[in-house]
Amino acid sequence: MSRHVGRNVARKDGTAKTTGAARYVDDLRWPGMLYGRTVRSTVPSGSIRRIHLDFDTSAFTVVGAADIPGRNAVSLLIDDQPCLADRDVRHVAEPILLLAHEDRDVLMGARVHVDVRPTAPVLDPAASSQVFKHISIARGSIDAGLAAADLVIEGEYRTGHQEHLYIEPNGVLAVPADGGVTIYGSLQCPYYVHKALCTMLNLAASRVRVVQAETGGGFGGKEDYPSMIAGHAALLALKSGRPVKLVYDRAEDMLATTKRHPAVVRHRTGVKKDGRLVAMDISVLMDGGAYCTLSPVVLSRGCLHATGPYRCANVRVDGRVVMTNTPPNGAFRGFGAPQTLFAADVHMERIAEALQMDPVTLRARNAFRPGDVTATGQVLGPDTSAIDVLKATVRRSDFRKKRRAYAGTSRGIGLSLFMHGAGFTGSGEVYLASKASLELTEHGARILVASTEIGQGQRTVHAQIVAEVLGLPIERVEVEAADTAFVPNSGPTVASRTTMVVGGLLKHCAEEMKDKLGRMSPREYVRRHGTLVVTKQYEPPPGLVWDDDTYTGSAYGSFGWGCDVVEVEMDPVTYEVRPTRVTTAQEIGRAIFPLGAMGQIEGGTAQGLGYALLEEVVMRDGAMANAQLTNYIIPTTLDTPPMDVTILEKPYAHGPFGAKGVGEMPIDGVAAAVVNAIRSLGLDVREIPATPERVMAAEQASGDRRKARGGRQPGSARLQPGRSVRSRGPSGPRSAKPRQGGSR
Amino acid sequence: MTPAFPAITFTLNGKRVTVKAHPLKRLLDVLREDFGLTGTKEGCGEGECGACTVVLDGRAVNSCLVPLAQARGARVDTIEGLKGRHPLQKAFAERGGAQCGICTPGMVMAAAALGPNPTLEDVRVGLAGNLCRCTGYIGIYRSIKQANTERRRGASAPASPTARATTLGRGRGPGSARLQPGKSVRGRGSSDPRSAARRKGGSR
Repeated sequence: MSRHVGRNVARKDGTAKTTGAARYVDDLRWPGMLYGRTVRSTVPSGSIRRIHLDFDTSAFTVVGAADIPGRNAVSLLIDDQPCLADRDVRHVAEPILLLAHEDRDVLMGARVHVDVRPTAPVLDPAASSQVFKHISIARGSIDAGLAAADLVIEGEYRTGHQEHLYIEPNGVLAVPADGGVTIYGSLQCPYYVHKALCTMLNLAASRVRVVQAETGGGFGGKEDYPSMIAGHAALLALKSGRPVKLVYDRAEDMLATTKRHPAVVRHRTGVKKDGRLVAMDISVLMDGGAYCTLSPVVLSRGCLHATGPYRCANVRVDGRVVMTNTPPNGAFRGFGAPQTLFAADVHMERIAEALQMDPVTLRARNAFRPGDVTATGQVLGPDTSAIDVLKATVRRSDFRKKRRAYAGTSRGIGLSLFMHGAGFTGSGEVYLASKASLELTEHGARILVASTEIGQGQRTVHAQIVAEVLGLPIERVEVEAADTAFVPNSGPTVASRTTMVVGGLLKHCAEEMKDKLGRMSPREYVRRHGTLVVTKQYEPPPGLVWDDDTYTGSAYGSFGWGCDVVEVEMDPVTYEVRPTRVTTAQEIGRAIFPLGAMGQIEGGTAQGLGYALLEEVVMRDGAMANAQLTNYIIPTTLDTPPMDVTILEKPYAHGPFGAKGVGEMPIDGVAAAVVNAIRSLGLDVREIPATPERVMAAEQASGDRRKARGGRQPGSARLQPGRSVRSRGPSGPRSAKPRQGGSR
Repeated sequence: MTPAFPAITFTLNGKRVTVKAHPLKRLLDVLREDFGLTGTKEGCGEGECGACTVVLDGRAVNSCLVPLAQARGARVDTIEGLKGRHPLQKAFAERGGAQCGICTPGMVMAAAALGPNPTLEDVRVGLAGNLCRCTGYIGIYRSIKQANTERRRGASAPASPTARATTLGRGRGPGSARLQPGKSVRGRGSSDPRSAARRKGGSR
């Protein structure tokens, strides 16, 4: 019986965080410390002609592109993003010049004029000719599938930017040390920063040390951009010879750092009368922003989730992510999947509407079961749980009964079914070759990993795994700070991989340590043999094969599965849609720390409600026009409804104690369930956020169509000639009303 | 040349303190820089997120919106003043109220200011100006509920560590967060249900 795994132990970081003792980067001060500032582009595209410093520079440290000792690039995938713009600027807020001064007010008051000759920006992704990445997935024959269909349904679905809105803005403190530099930062991936600094500063690996400070939320937003900020702080620190703190205020963080990629997803789907999917033709267009950053990988995950959790013999997914002159988009919880899963499950709802079929029945008919084959040819394992989560959520939410009861009222109820691949895509984990170490101490053991605690409970979960194997009280398992001077490269803290992959390595470390200890206590072993460090490196589970060239094989070791039911109430005057209840069941293999897993599901769901309803990044001339919390709205207590959360466990054979990932999946399905709830009111919404303006437009459009068609019920789907299936509007109070047909 | 600032005296976590700083310096910066009390966090600097919540004369305020002059003669309580002994602190650590922790000190102070027995609706309205991006607030409600249960249990014991804590708030209902007449600085709009509603609907 497990003593730690599956139990709600006290969080390792709980006391420090609830007493205010935990030290975040802005809480750190160093003697002689300067403050740093970034001078940025105010135009989306142009060439720099002249930089004029309109102040007495004597007590300032000034750094431009010419001061970069190594390569002027933020090293990540293709290194196209400069650390400081040299000749050209490609987006608003692109860094151009750095200043440091010991007095923050003097620093902020310094006037810098950057003379830029503007050039015409590309702001519309559909008009962009520069493709960062193109992905094709093909299975079976689309033409044959469409020919066999009784009905073909098309649609276009749009998702907007989303800002992470971690409550702690980005920040870094750089301290010059021994001919190199030490970084303390709010960050997810110490070794990403380490690699970027070695390249940028032309320093040996031993001269760069990166230490994670306590980090006030990440959600992907502190995956790649901290490398940029750390580079800036390090350049200022090395030039001045003094510690430099560079902490963004909220406006700068929102204006300059990454967001979720906006996407346009088109579906053309062939179905049989009984609801079986026979062809899925999907195109995905994502806006990458001005530089490549992580866009190819985001697109990859988006395409690999584009079918949703549905079986189909004939699939084509064609994805592109393109350049625009807007700040680069990057990692955000879900990493491309929330965009494509939104499209997939709103489209599924429209198929149900067209077939006049119960939405649960349609999904159950097509949902993946163990042994089914995905679009990439992956044979799904015995832990495939789409049907289980669907059944659990429908039952607990009383979905069918409420759907009938809400008909004719201003209340709606909607459903979504989704999955999330755990860990890096395809062969990514093999390339990462992550390592984890466990050190025996007199009292117990010390965990040495580069995984970062960003609120998700990494320290607690890892300690539980080690304590369980070694049979130690959890207090005796220490977790070393994520400090590149002491911990091996365990890969980035992203992709729902920290429990499944790094936790799995730690389990192997602990098992070997247990063998070596035999019957000795840690104290006896250390006294007799000295210390002991066990290190393990990732090896792929047998049979996990992936081909990057053809996009075939096992995309992920395993998937988590989820189903959301969201109930909403629409204000008929203001068109505000308020979520009133969420019911969700999520299958995650094994919940090592159930309270933590629950927190991920609740928090991810709330973030998904914001994505669906509230969070609109208004882009104007290539810049975020609402870069402040006053008018970029995230859910408050009053916007967040009660949630009924069920965790299901079907162990994954290669996860520690059966665990898969849980960090990202909770945000994947919320938007589709919200929009499907709005659709149940008879409103044809296909774009998020579903702001009152968009809901009102849908209401007016349905009124216009009603008038234009003289009240006759139209087909919402394009019927093939000779086919007799009629479609109708969504069920609900206005189901008798005509609604929009075809795709926009 | 450093200008001579007037000395301003107030009570900080139960002790009388005096500070010489610009009277318009944000209370947030005074706490963090002049007193080293970094438990109070800055999340937005515009009074929207509540990470900088402290309790001023018994009511929760955003310390980023309070100039030092406003604290003159007042009683200011910060997370450090709870000394880790408030039942809310233990409950937030145990019941999922804290994840990344950056909103936690402000959230705990705002919750403490609600007094010992808020209803769930009091909590929802009272915390509407404290943003959390990690928990969806559900873990926070769980934590507050547990703390209340423990407080009720410990209420009969006068030496209980909760005794001081319960005097923090004045048992206010959510509506009583309105400012006293004569105070010119706006308190946290969000403690006030009317401004919470404004925030929610008015700014899109």
